[in-house]
Amino acid sequence: TSSAAIKTNPFLSTGPPFVCLLPHLLLLLSNFSIFPSTMSAFTSKFADELIANAAYIGTPGKGILAADESTGTIGKRLASINVENVETNRRNLRELLFTAPGALPCLSGVILFEETLYQKSSDGKLFVDILKEGGVLPGIKVDKGTVELAGTNGETTTQGLDGLGDRCRKYYEAGARFAKWRAVLKIGENEPSELSIHENAYGLARYAVICQENGLVPIVEPEILVDGSHDIQKCAAVTERVLAACYKALSDHHVLLEGTLLKPNMVTPGSDSPKVSPEVIAEHTVRALQRTVPAAVPAIVFLSGGQSEEEATRNLNAMNQLKTKKPWSLSFSFGRALQQSTLKTWAGKEENVKAAQEALYVRCKANSEATLGTYKGDAKLGDGAAESLHVKDYKY
Amino acid sequence: MSAFVGKYADELIKTAKYIATPGKGILAADESTGTIGKRFASINVENIESNRQALRELLFTSPGTVPCLSGVILFEETLYQKTSDGKPFVDLLMENGVIPGIKVDKGVVDLAGTNGETTTQGLDSLGARCQEYYKAGARFAKWRAVLKIGATEPSELSIQENAKGLARYAIICQENGLVPIVEPEVLTDGSHDIKKCAAVTETVLAAVYKALNDHHVLLEGTLLKPNMVTPGSDSPKVAPEVIAEYTVTALRRTVPPAVPGIVFLSGGQSEEEATLNLNAMNKLDVLKPWTLTFSFGRALQQSTLKAWAGKTENVGKAQATFLTRCKANSDATLGKYTGGASGDSAASESLYVKGYKY
Repeated sequence: TSSAAIKTNPFLSTGPPFVCLLPHLLLLLSNFSIFPSTMSAFTSKFADELIANAAYIGTPGKGILAADESTGTIGKRLASINVENVETNRRNLRELLFTAPGALPCLSGVILFEETLYQKSSDGKLFVDILKEGGVLPGIKVDKGTVELAGTNGETTTQGLDGLGDRCRKYYEAGARFAKWRAVLKIGENEPSELSIHENAYGLARYAVICQENGLVPIVEPEILVDGSHDIQKCAAVTERVLAACYKALSDHHVLLEGTLLKPNMVTPGSDSPKVSPEVIAEHTVRALQRTVPAAVPAIVFLSGGQSEEEATRNLNAMNQLKTKKPWSLSFSFGRALQQSTLKTWAGKEENVKAAQEALYVRCKANSEATLGTYKGDAKLGDGAAESLHVKDYKY
Repeated sequence: MSAFVGKYADELIKTAKYIATPGKGILAADESTGTIGKRFASINVENIESNRQALRELLFTSPGTVPCLSGVILFEETLYQKTSDGKPFVDLLMENGVIPGIKVDKGVVDLAGTNGETTTQGLDSLGARCQEYYKAGARFAKWRAVLKIGATEPSELSIQENAKGLARYAIICQENGLVPIVEPEVLTDGSHDIKKCAAVTETVLAAVYKALNDHHVLLEGTLLKPNMVTPGSDSPKVAPEVIAEYTVTALRRTVPPAVPGIVFLSGGQSEEEATLNLNAMNKLDVLKPWTLTFSFGRALQQSTLKAWAGKTENVGKAQATFLTRCKANSDATLGKYTGGASGDSAASESLYVKGYKY
């Protein structure tokens, strides 16, 4: 299975969750032996744990499965395979994913929707316990979707700050150890506007520090939609500007960068523009990150946007093969790009579970290799693996 | 892209990378006429052009120092001076693989309504001046912004003004072929602890990099010249390893990996302190995506000045002293300095001057 995994399972502690991880991490992380104390970053009582968990998620050879589709969104997925959107089916799907043989060793985290955080497998075991025992940190989506910014051309900001601290506390008690909040920006004639950049950056920063106060590693996700006919240079320019604003906001809000993760878009041409090779995407993406993401951030976990499963894997692989300065690990936080073939293969039928789990394992393994730059492009392509998953103006 | 890529882009990137070569660093010899006058006064030397020329010739012809230096920052007068046998200093330096740089700011002025905080002047006609300097052989520039720590300092105004001034200076340099050294010096003056210095340094650097991004500065063609993170001058000293840890952590949190090198200022540190601290940083076992080297003025020249004392017969001794400090710092950039480079008491002398102004 995963080539870079720790042999022993550090998660089977009955003490405070994941504390026993530290000695293993200190051995693994020969590149990072400093745990900073109070500085311009806010120090919560969770500081050491946040740093350890963020670093663990960035373990080479591992990445994140984004399985946090809201009830509405998962409904669309289920509809596409003619499956009824009821709780048992949502539970069945997630059980299929979390018990797929060979999948968990390729993963360091799974992002969950709130309902799933409290669900159990068919033999009564909490999903969070299955994940923990498999060496996978449970995460939780905490934003409450986007709303429009009046006076702009369809730009949005993200809601979810009200009572966020209390919710994070509850999620921590339930076993979550990281969170995710998706900010959305778009490229257009006059977009993204300064207002949109500022609102989304500062929303992310406020979310991030509230998470850290309550023991959750915040994944910072400033997604720039791929929609449009712009070229890759334009995407690069916007991505750099947005990321610079994010890190200024995080600094202003005293966020401990060592205890965060970044979930950006890859830098690509717009969806209406001609495609380019993975090497070109890799070059533009990594350069944008070099210009904006401080080395204190342990890992960057890309979103897949509308890319097909295979595209997303090849692009990630190309980035990890690039010979240039990369002080953070480059990994994945894929939703559709990990689950597409699995969903199609499953089609809601019990008799298809095994094949569907095999399809998931194929994508997990491919992406695990991509984080090491060793993917040979030979993954057995499942039904729909090469299919573009782009949905114009994608909303959850 | 979001970075301005003008006709000098490739050259800027190449020059910045070269200056950041491990094992090399910068000699800051850009003291203005007024400032060098104070140095001369301390060794009883008259502040006239021939003496200023003599000092710089002493430094630039010191045997064995060339491999330790990637650049020298000059004051305008020096850019146009020659050796005693008629060779322009810039030619001598370039032939030796030492890149000439030029100080382009015009000093600080007070920010009204603040508690003695300042901003830096020099933007007027800066583009035209940079063009002239480039023609004269300069390939990098330096601009010193100054901030201080106090009960309510640095203020948001001071941080914004200085960050934006640096960004504007930086892009103008790049338009005209000069690699900008971005220097946001947070003074050591005060009784604050190292944590306070770290917090301020991080806040200032975050603002600086946001401003550089706003102004489309090509980070791969810049260098950073920050203060090390230390306790205030009125606070108890700490070990080099502690300074190294706080400094490198602050930089990891704020300086994008695209920046090729960080060239520390020495502030009021003694020659030996500055070298030991730089060495400790390079020994630190943590990922550093930029090289860590020196851009020292007083911390490279102090003992040399004293050894020279303005006398021709002392030149050899002074040059040997200078070589000692150059080698020590070159070793420090590789984490190989073993300490005690010279038994000279001058090397341990604090060079701290309260409220230091050029």
